Amino acid sequence: MCLAVPGKVLSTTDGILRTGRVAFGGIVKEVCLAYVPEAEVGDYVIVHVGFAISRMDEAEAARTLAYLTEMGELAEIAGEEP
Amino acid sequence: MKYVDEYRDADAARRYAEAIRKIVTRPWSLMEVCGGQTHTIVRFGIDELLPPEVTLIHGPGCPVCVTPVEIIDQSLAIASRPEVIFCSFGDMLRVPGTERDLLSVKANGGDVRIVYSPMDALAIAEKSPDREVVFFAVGFETTAPANAMAACQARLRGVSNFSLLVSHVLVPPAIEAILSSPACCVNGFLAAGHVCTIMGVEEYRPLAARYRVPIVVTGFEPIDLLQGIAMCLRQLEEGRAEVENQYGRVVRAAGNAPAQAMIREVFEVVVREWRGIGSIPASGLALRPAFAAHDASRKFGLTEIGARESPECASGLVLQGLLKPLQCPAFRTRCTPDSPLGATMVSPEGACAAYYKYRRLEAS
Ligand code: SF4
Repeated sequence: MCLAVPGKVLSTTDGILRTGRVAFGGIVKEVCLAYVPEAEVGDYVIVHVGFAISRMDEAEAARTLAYLTEMGELAEIAGEEP
Repeated sequence: MKYVDEYRDADAARRYAEAIRKIVTRPWSLMEVCGGQTHTIVRFGIDELLPPEVTLIHGPGCPVCVTPVEIIDQSLAIASRPEVIFCSFGDMLRVPGTERDLLSVKANGGDVRIVYSPMDALAIAEKSPDREVVFFAVGFETTAPANAMAACQARLRGVSNFSLLVSHVLVPPAIEAILSSPACCVNGFLAAGHVCTIMGVEEYRPLAARYRVPIVVTGFEPIDLLQGIAMCLRQLEEGRAEVENQYGRVVRAAGNAPAQAMIREVFEVVVREWRGIGSIPASGLALRPAFAAHDASRKFGLTEIGARESPECASGLVLQGLLKPLQCPAFRTRCTPDSPLGATMVSPEGACAAYYKYRRLEAS
């Protein structure tokens, strides 16, 4: 039940609570955006039980994927030490 | 799908396992706190990719599994009332109470409905003014802002037939309970990324410092977990005990401020009973007195029901990482997901259910 998944914001609507249509692969759901006021159309948000709880940070995402390279280099340097 | 597929890359996973093998020189035990992470680990066989020195211990991080029997029994009593529409997340329906579960209440004519969001339950209440709509508000910090919003909106809109049966739990006090136990054998923690998405990382720093354990905030995909494990092991090998954030694409150091504000407005911190573990001080959330009109346990005035746990179930030990599901004598024999003895066999995030689903062959 703690599942939270990334989806792309397709549109937003300002009402009592700000909501948006968010696409998860092929499925589109109405999601409450009250906790991510900064999220705009085109952004990826993490959604849990109908609420977006975070906006995805693209630069950090790229850094996460680069970590292995960084680690590999460090492991090699460590391995070369006498 | 973007932000999913690239974190499931099998090649990268193998290279991580290789890199981890290079940095490990001694035996280490790491605990992943969150049941969602346990599920990924067992499903993708991440524990089997790791060198033999590294042991993963599955923690208590599944709200379905730790909701006390007393509250399950309360939910059954409320759901059995003819005027009630009882709304719940799907995985609570099979959790065994003392004698039965929500599914059997439903089979006997109770109006029990599965909802995706607490806001769906609120919408049902607005559409059914002649019924009492009760939402089973369980969860960790991740779910608290959603449930708080439902309570807040119910009060604002005057939806007097909507109430919540609250059994919220908090992660840091549970980590502290594990660390302060004399039986504790955990060297480092992978903290639950989505809990920290809400609360941020600061509350883990005193724990890391006091108990000298590294705590790495970690995501939920295979690459996230391998990376979190690698970061944790690196700290251990280098003799560091810091809080690091592997899941930076989602978790900000300060967490989500509007969500925290909503939690504070609606909930107060209370002592909470954890199923199988016992009572932990300041480890739960309950509705503030201002929301008493929407508090199902007050509304339906239920007190002691005399709840009982199956004497055979060892889930308390499983939840504390002291026993693996395969070591429980009832596992796969008298206890299966279709007829669970304990809550850890019910939720897909429960350790027993994850082992049942993905570890059939090697079970002895
Ligand atoms: S296998 Fe079943 S009986 Fe054994 S600890 Fe897990 S839930 Fe309890």
